[in-house]
Amino acid sequence: MYKEFEKIASQIRVDIVKQVHSAGSGHPGGSLSAADIVTALYFKEMNIDPEKPDMKGRDKFVLSKGHAAPVQYAALAEKGYFPVEELLTLRKLGSHLQGHPNRDKVPGIEMSTGSLGQGFAVCVGMALANKMDNDPGRVYTLLGDGELQEGLIWEAAMASAHYKLDNLCVIVDWNGLQIDGKNDDVMTVKPIDEKFRSFGFNVLVIDGHSFEEIFDAFDKARACKGKPTAIIAKTHKGQGVSFMTDEAGWHGKAPDDEQTKQAVLELGGVL
Amino acid sequence: MAEKMATRQAYGKALVEIGKENPNLVVMDADLSKSTMTAEFKKVFPERFLNMGIAEQNLYASACGIALSGKVVCASTFAMFAAGRAFEIIRNSIGYTRANVKICATHAGITVGEDGASHQTFEDMALMRTIPGMVVVNPCDGVSTMALMKQVVEHNGPCYVRLGRAAVPVFYEEGADIRLGKGNWLRRGDRAVIVATGIMVSEAMTAAEELSAKGIEVGVIDMHTIKPIDEDILIEAAQTGAIVTAEEHSVIGGLGGAVAEVLCQKKPVKMAMVGQKDTFGESGKPDELKAKYGMTAADIVKAVEGLL
Repeated sequence: MYKEFEKIASQIRVDIVKQVHSAGSGHPGGSLSAADIVTALYFKEMNIDPEKPDMKGRDKFVLSKGHAAPVQYAALAEKGYFPVEELLTLRKLGSHLQGHPNRDKVPGIEMSTGSLGQGFAVCVGMALANKMDNDPGRVYTLLGDGELQEGLIWEAAMASAHYKLDNLCVIVDWNGLQIDGKNDDVMTVKPIDEKFRSFGFNVLVIDGHSFEEIFDAFDKARACKGKPTAIIAKTHKGQGVSFMTDEAGWHGKAPDDEQTKQAVLELGGVL
Repeated sequence: MAEKMATRQAYGKALVEIGKENPNLVVMDADLSKSTMTAEFKKVFPERFLNMGIAEQNLYASACGIALSGKVVCASTFAMFAAGRAFEIIRNSIGYTRANVKICATHAGITVGEDGASHQTFEDMALMRTIPGMVVVNPCDGVSTMALMKQVVEHNGPCYVRLGRAAVPVFYEEGADIRLGKGNWLRRGDRAVIVATGIMVSEAMTAAEELSAKGIEVGVIDMHTIKPIDEDILIEAAQTGAIVTAEEHSVIGGLGGAVAEVLCQKKPVKMAMVGQKDTFGESGKPDELKAKYGMTAADIVKAVEGLL
């Protein structure tokens, strides 16, 4: 039933590995963990048109965990916003594909991100503006779990509930790992669900690698009126590549030639 | 010159005037609307006013989101918390995307007075000036605040507007020619020129009168726009051979720095800088503090005489 999306997500994962390999640096782990969520957004949930990236009334997605840029670039390219071949220019001088997303350089990027916490807070503004204008567009943002350690996240969360931003949907990529290791060892973020609930969110905890659960959560988020939704998506860092799975060491490291070959083969891709 | 008005009061009035003509204007605050005077706008246009609570980072990040959705936003809090606390949000979200956000920051400098050092920022213009594309404005009185706010809102891109707490004399006549990015000659003189900004313009004019009484004629420029700075007027002023800058801001990185950057490259000239030295302020009455920390007409006179 979800084969079509699983196929796209696998291609996006292949694109991620190839991009980071080509760049020689970047963040594969948190890009791979978010691949299913991002696929679901771009290929079904969101009302968007790659031919008209500035379309009025469109839904918007902001990658608040901007270091996962490769997953957004892959999704945009596969969706038709720019040629897939450009993906291999990631992080190279003169490329549109900056190390962290830049809205001026890439069609479909709604917000330049990279400094954690800000993407979500900018989405609060976008959702407020849509409310003022009676714009039907919904606003989605993907946060890292480590990103929840930023104080700004909770300022933004408070405002989201205060202004009853039911047009805003926050998704937490809960892979449990950050640069220095496990969230639990670096700085506990749990209980994530209770935190968002107490801030006034409609909270849904799901398997972030199950399209059935992801789509169901988006349906519930859209149906929920009067409060913002937080989807806490349990994921695995490095999902899809055996040697990267649940390894904090793959947060910000590029695979070598051999590792890239193995990863692409595991993902069923073509080198 | 009898009339006195704080630039923040003129700001509140300007917002209401601009709001009447521009339905696209949104005003935001962080629980200081009665002090920043954005409450004036809220009274008239409640549907276009947003209070974000005591959360300056979110104030500027969400202002960015609203601006990127096609609106122009004036977002206010005290200068310390705008330029200071929210600096990196202003740099990375507003500056990097050239979002149409006007950071209208009040209670800048030593004349915050009794609240003391935690609330007296001398770093804000230096910080804001380094952000690519950021326009930095520091009006000296009520009339110029009104005139400059209209231009700031018309300008497409981020601006930092520095406003004061204390009432200051009104210099300009209504309808005076005040243009964003253009310094204004308030007085001509051949011995030296005082380049002043914000509330120090008033001190500079007093200083020029005192010097004139001693037979020393100095010019005064109101440099209300710190960035982009008016290079032509500075080069013209440098013909006198002596420039004194005067600002209610650190002498590190503010108006003095901006003027020196131009003149040392285009027309090297003797310079002195009047402003907050490398030190924090303290509680006291605005006038007492200006005297203690060396930001009065007398300090400007001394600086001019030191150069001649």
